This record gives sequence, structure tokens and C-alpha cells, in this order.
Amino acid sequence: MTAQVLLRGRELTRRWGGLVAVDRVSLELERGSVHAVIGTNGAGKSTLINLLSGEIAPSSGEVQLLGSDVTHWPQPKRARAGLGRSYQRNTIYPSFGVIENCRLAAQARRQQPWGWWRDAARDESTLAAARDAAARAGLTALLDRPAGLLSHGQKRQLEIAMCLATAPEVLLLDEPLAGMGAEETERMLALLAELKHGHAILLVEHDMDAVFRIADRITVMVNGAVIASGTPDDVRASAEVRTAYLGDH
Amino acid sequence: MDRSKLAFVVAVFALLAAWPLAAGSYGVDLVTKIMVYAIFALSLELLVGTTGLVCFGQAAFFGIGAYAAVLLSPAEGASLVWLLPACVLAAGVYALAVGALSLRTKGVYFIMVTLAFAQMAYYVVHDTPFGGGTDGIYLTAKPSLGVLDLDRAGVLYGFTLACLAGTFVFLGLLLRSPFGRALAGIRVNEQRMRATGFSTYPYKLAAFTLSGAIAGLAGFLFAVKDGVVNPELMSWHLSGAVLVMIILGGLGHLRGALIGAFAFALLQEFFQSVAVFGAFAKHWHLGLGLTIIGCVALLPRGLIGLPARWRERLGGRAFARAALPAAEEAAR
Repeated sequence: MTAQVLLRGRELTRRWGGLVAVDRVSLELERGSVHAVIGTNGAGKSTLINLLSGEIAPSSGEVQLLGSDVTHWPQPKRARAGLGRSYQRNTIYPSFGVIENCRLAAQARRQQPWGWWRDAARDESTLAAARDAAARAGLTALLDRPAGLLSHGQKRQLEIAMCLATAPEVLLLDEPLAGMGAEETERMLALLAELKHGHAILLVEHDMDAVFRIADRITVMVNGAVIASGTPDDVRASAEVRTAYLGDH
Repeated sequence: MDRSKLAFVVAVFALLAAWPLAAGSYGVDLVTKIMVYAIFALSLELLVGTTGLVCFGQAAFFGIGAYAAVLLSPAEGASLVWLLPACVLAAGVYALAVGALSLRTKGVYFIMVTLAFAQMAYYVVHDTPFGGGTDGIYLTAKPSLGVLDLDRAGVLYGFTLACLAGTFVFLGLLLRSPFGRALAGIRVNEQRMRATGFSTYPYKLAAFTLSGAIAGLAGFLFAVKDGVVNPELMSWHLSGAVLVMIILGGLGHLRGALIGAFAFALLQEFFQSVAVFGAFAKHWHLGLGLTIIGCVALLPRGLIGLPARWRERLGGRAFARAALPAAEEAAR
């Protein structure tokens, strides 16, 4: 069975004045696999996610989502077409409850902006998607808690739940494990392993043990450019990666 | 809306409905004016408290509604059926144009651009003969519809009360609808809204236009009540005053706008009262200003936060500090 490529970045470049933050990066995300991007701080990983999600426009290069050229699509349009992302720093709605955080994300798919007499809190279609997303991220017991009162690990789970509530095909996850304890990390990895089925996942992560355990492909970035890309074994064996990045491990 | 909030709102509207039975003509006129301000404050609450857009030019829409009421009225008086929608529409159209341009900016720039558009409208009526210049113009005959003759103070009071109640209920429904929830999401985290798939610009523009239209309704009522309009209705002082009202009452709550409008107008009335302050009453700005500064300093969540403050005093202080703000926000 040939895997289906859901998201493709081709020769993506982003310059900030003289600085080349992302330098001719090409990568493919396939359904059913986790593609990890690793690199030191400032290697351009977050900028790459921003280029793919549409938060910033590339200086050159092309982004394809589900076969369409989406390079010039604004971020909301890409999101509606099935591109979900989470953020490195929590970007939840702290004053809303967990369920409303997820429900609002689900609403993005069915916006109904003109139903001004409808009660959003009783809208079964978005509520069902929200409950389902919260359950998959392990937050069922906390649905009514204000998101701002969750623990750090729970907020990271909520980030994923909000992503899932939009029913995306592709997930771009920016350091979902950052700041998590050992037990929380295990739970998140189990969740990612489960999400892999049916989704294409891009994982930017600093936790090397986790990356090598879960990733099907790994791309290594240094100073905005890709220096190696392949299976975890290929990357581990690569001499360039050893000198450039894993040298201190 | 939970029981206590509903009880508060019902009580307020019941009191307002009963007020003309107890009050004289001065009292009726005063509360009519305050209710107009309350509608105006509700319009701004939709932008500032709900969507997080601090508009500093709200008086322009109020003034356009008021001027439209006078300029469009024929000498023998207009029918409410078309005059009221026309005034609301005029303000809404200007808001659509202002919003379309100003919503491309954010934060302090947005504040300044909305102020600039309001000043533009202000100078058009101030410096051209088209609206009577600095003297303003008089409304010769007030609009009516059958028995609904707005020239009679009691009828105007009832009509204004109905408009206030209608606006309040409409906004209450709007805020709990998917559209309103999206506006709240934009206030809390616009970046996240875009990342989940909301094109936020059309939402903000719709809110801005709607807000301008409601301000136009308030302006219409104001012109009918006073029977005269002048450029001061579009001045930045009024834009500032309505901002102070909603901050004083408590941002993020429709009830806050209601409470704020009443508190502001009654405080102003109090400090202007010669019976209380004698000759010093002409310096009423000083007393009003200091009181508002005091209120905002002591009650950062506005007058609406007062019961929570009391509970905090009585019950476990440490617990309340930690849990209340978030829980209160969540209950919104």
C-alpha cells in the first residue's frame, strides 16, 4: 500500500531581512505516520510550522494540502481544509471551560454565523465533537473546569483536544511534550501513537528519547536548512547529524 | 444566564417600568436620558467587553443617528416606521465603512483610527452649514406612529424602555449564539481562532457594524428626546464618557453597561446638584472625575464585581483570590 501524502512543503524559504530562518526545506507528511522535525533552538522549526500552517507567508516555495496548492491561502482557510496545529506556548482560552474551548474549535468547521437566536452551549453537533475530542485527549473528567486552572500537562492535552475538535487531516504539533513530567509524557506519547492512525502528524520536539521512539521519519534542521532526513535509524547513523546535533549526547 | 442574574435584570426593568408612576416630569426626563445612554453603552460593550475591540469613536455613530433623525424629518413630522430604521441604517453604514478600514489595525492604532474617523464626522457637522454648524439644528416635529406620539414624555419614556429591553435581550441572545461565542474567542485569543479556522475579520466587521447601528438607535432617541442636535454629540468627550460608563459598570457583562450608564449619569447629576454643593456645583467635573478614579482603582472589575468583593471579605479570602477571577470569567 502506498501511503497518501496529505501535506507537502516544497523548497520552502523564509527570510527575515538578511537572516534565512528557513532555507529551501522540502518535506512530506503521510497519513498514518509521524514525521518529527528536530534541531537546536533557532534552527527554524517553529518558523517551518508557521509557514505550513499559513501564519506567515513563505519568501519562496510552495505548500500543498491534500493535493491543492495552498501557498496563498490564509491560515483560517487552510485550517478549514483540514490543517490543525498546536502551539509551543499554550494558546488556549483560559477563561472558558474545557468543553467550551473544544466546542469553539469544533464550531470552526460549522460556523453558522447567522443563527443569532441559537444557544451555542446547547448546540449538539459541536458539543458532540467537543466531547469526543476531549475524551480522546483524556480530559473527560475536567470538562467544566476553566482552562486557566488546569495543570500544565492538562493544558497541553487541551491543546491537542482543540486541534482534534476541528477534525483535521494533518496535525502540526509544536513541542507537545514541553515541560511535561514522565507520566504525562507517557500518556501523550500513547495519544500520539493512537492519533497516527488516520492522521498525518508533524512533530516538533526537543525530547530526543520520545522522538526516536515515536517518529517514523525524522528531519534534522540546522540554521534553517535540512541536513538529514530519513528513518530514525538512518538519522541516528548519519555522521553529519552526529557532529552537528547529537554530538553532545 | 443563571437565576440571580435573571432576577437582577427583571428587577431593573420592573423598576424602570414602574418609575413614571412615582416620578415627576423631571425624573421621567432624567431616566429617559439615562436609558438612552444605557443603549449607547450596550452598543460599545459589544465591541469592547465582548470582542475586545477598544473603539474610541463611538460618538460618531450616536451623532449620525441623531443628526439623521433631524435632517430626514419633514416639517410636519415623520413616521417612526421609516425614520427609525433610516437612522439606524445611516449609523450602521458609516460603521461598516469605518470598520472595514480601521479593523485592519490593532490595539492602540485601532483606538486612534476610530478616534480619527469620529473627529472627521465631528468636523463635518461642526464646520459646515449642512448640519447647522456649531449651533446645531432643531427637530421641529417629533416622529410618531398612530398613538405612539413621541412628543409626549410618557410615551417617549415607554418607547425608550422598550428599545432598551429589546437591545438587551437581542444582545443577550447574540452573545450566547455561535456568533457571540466566536466574538468572545476573538477577544480572548484571536490567533487561536484563526488557527482553528475562523476568518476573524468578517466577524469583527459584523460586530462593529452592529455596534454602530445600535449606537445610532441611541442617537435617534436622544435627538427625539432633546429636540435638538449639535456637534457635541459626536465629540470625543462623549466617546470617552461611554467608555468610562462600561468600565465603571464592569467590562464583559451586558449588566455592567446598564449599571455603568446609571451610575455615571446619577453621579453626574449628584455633583451638578446646587442643592448639595451650592456654588461649588459648577466644578462638578472634579467630583465626578475623582469618584470615577476611586471606583476604578478600588473595583478593577467594575461595580458589577462588588458582590464578589463582599463575598471575598466575608468568606475565605485566600481561596476567593485564587478561584474567583477565573471562575467568574468562566461563568460569563
